[in-house]
Amino acid sequence: MTSEEIYTKLEPIIKTYLPEDVSANEINRKSDLTRELNINSAHLVDIILDIEDLFNIEFKNEDMEQLRNVNDAILLIQQKTS
Amino acid sequence: MKKRVVITGLGVVSPNGVGISAFSEAIKKGISGIAFLPELRDLNFSCQLGAIPKISEEKKREYLSDLQLRNFNSSGILYGVIAGMDALKDARIEPATTEEAPLWDLGIIFGTGTSGVDKFREAIYKIDDKNVRRLGSTSVAQTMASGVSAYLGGLIGAGNMVTANSSACATGTEALLMGYEHIAFGKAKFMLCGSTSDSGPYIWGGFDAMKVTTYKYNDAPKGIAGPMSADASGFVPGSGAGAYLLESLESAQQRGATIYAEILGGAVNNGGQRCGGSMTAPNSLAIQKCIKDALEDSNTEAWEIDYINGHLTATIKDPDEIENWSIALNRKGDRFPFINSLKGMVGHCLAASGSIEIVSAILQLHEGFVFPNVNCENLHPKIASLISSEKISMKMQKTSLQTIAKASFGFGDVNACAIFKKI
Repeated sequence: MTSEEIYTKLEPIIKTYLPEDVSANEINRKSDLTRELNINSAHLVDIILDIEDLFNIEFKNEDMEQLRNVNDAILLIQQKTS
Repeated sequence: MKKRVVITGLGVVSPNGVGISAFSEAIKKGISGIAFLPELRDLNFSCQLGAIPKISEEKKREYLSDLQLRNFNSSGILYGVIAGMDALKDARIEPATTEEAPLWDLGIIFGTGTSGVDKFREAIYKIDDKNVRRLGSTSVAQTMASGVSAYLGGLIGAGNMVTANSSACATGTEALLMGYEHIAFGKAKFMLCGSTSDSGPYIWGGFDAMKVTTYKYNDAPKGIAGPMSADASGFVPGSGAGAYLLESLESAQQRGATIYAEILGGAVNNGGQRCGGSMTAPNSLAIQKCIKDALEDSNTEAWEIDYINGHLTATIKDPDEIENWSIALNRKGDRFPFINSLKGMVGHCLAASGSIEIVSAILQLHEGFVFPNVNCENLHPKIASLISSEKISMKMQKTSLQTIAKASFGFGDVNACAIFKKI
């Protein structure tokens, strides 16, 4: 899967967890999920579960530590699906 | 000096009406929220009846965001949030905006017996399936006892004490009295109080196993013998939430708020599971003491009580409750005040019973009526020997009420009694 294809699938997942005062337009590949998009850090585990379901993969505890922004997620998904 | 405390907002999610106007209409007409539930039949329950508030998906979205409703499976929190936010709105108090500091003068005491049993069941299945990592982020928030107060606290931006009390079926009445004291002693200006209880087989099963629910009316949910009836054979389990916004009289007058009633005072005690009291049965002496202490705390004489909103569950204990009121007030026959029980219409809403019933009591006091005590055509003979049957109205009666009493009793031998006055 190209990183573009992954991004297209990933964006709606992230959108679900945005606080009401953050617009979906602010999502880009470099946006830090908790610091810039203001996603509640507790929701990172929900984002991971949604990604697992959508891409049929499984993350390890160590993988989750590396997840800071959208690009990190794309990389992790590429590793798991290749 | 203690501050005077009044109720300026009400909210309710009841099996026979969601929202104050629908509920008020329902209790005047004696509308039942009890229904046959095929799910309970399929699970081999003895009592296949239950009382569940009706809430549409649309209604849920008025109170909780799509994100909050994601993987949400806690009916009690939903009911508590709707009732609590309605009470706040009714009192015309705005939540803090996201940029503002919290409302330091507003606290919450919102109790429950247990929270999110359906969510907990989901979690247990996942854990046993060695899949704990799949629980998601809201399992804790939905199943912690303080889940309901925590959800409300976040929606409102409450900055004073935010907690959940738990005292079985006395929870709602206890929450009111705890909030009352908090304001009376000047620790907060506003307290949102109430209680909630989940719906469904996993919260009701234990009561079914104890045979305290009725198995006799599965095919006739409209004909169940109600509270105080000679034929009463157990309660129907219910669910829902009730909420009240408490504030000092001073503050209410300054704001020009609608004052539903003043809380004159009350008492909470415990029978110690002694003298006939046990985990599940009340110590009558403690009940009488609780009522007398509530009167004393309120500087109210027993003869002043115009109306009692009873705990009266439609079990064999109803005549004992009437006897306890009669002894505590030293009033009998036609000198006894009006008395009724909401449980004939909505079943026993367990941890939510006290709060839903308090809302019904306050509406009667405020609007001046007594709702019908339904399905009690055949009054229990022991009750008939203690008090005049005219004091238990089968029909809605318009009558001016000035001072009223509400009591709730629960497992663990807990008792709570509150006294309200019209102002």
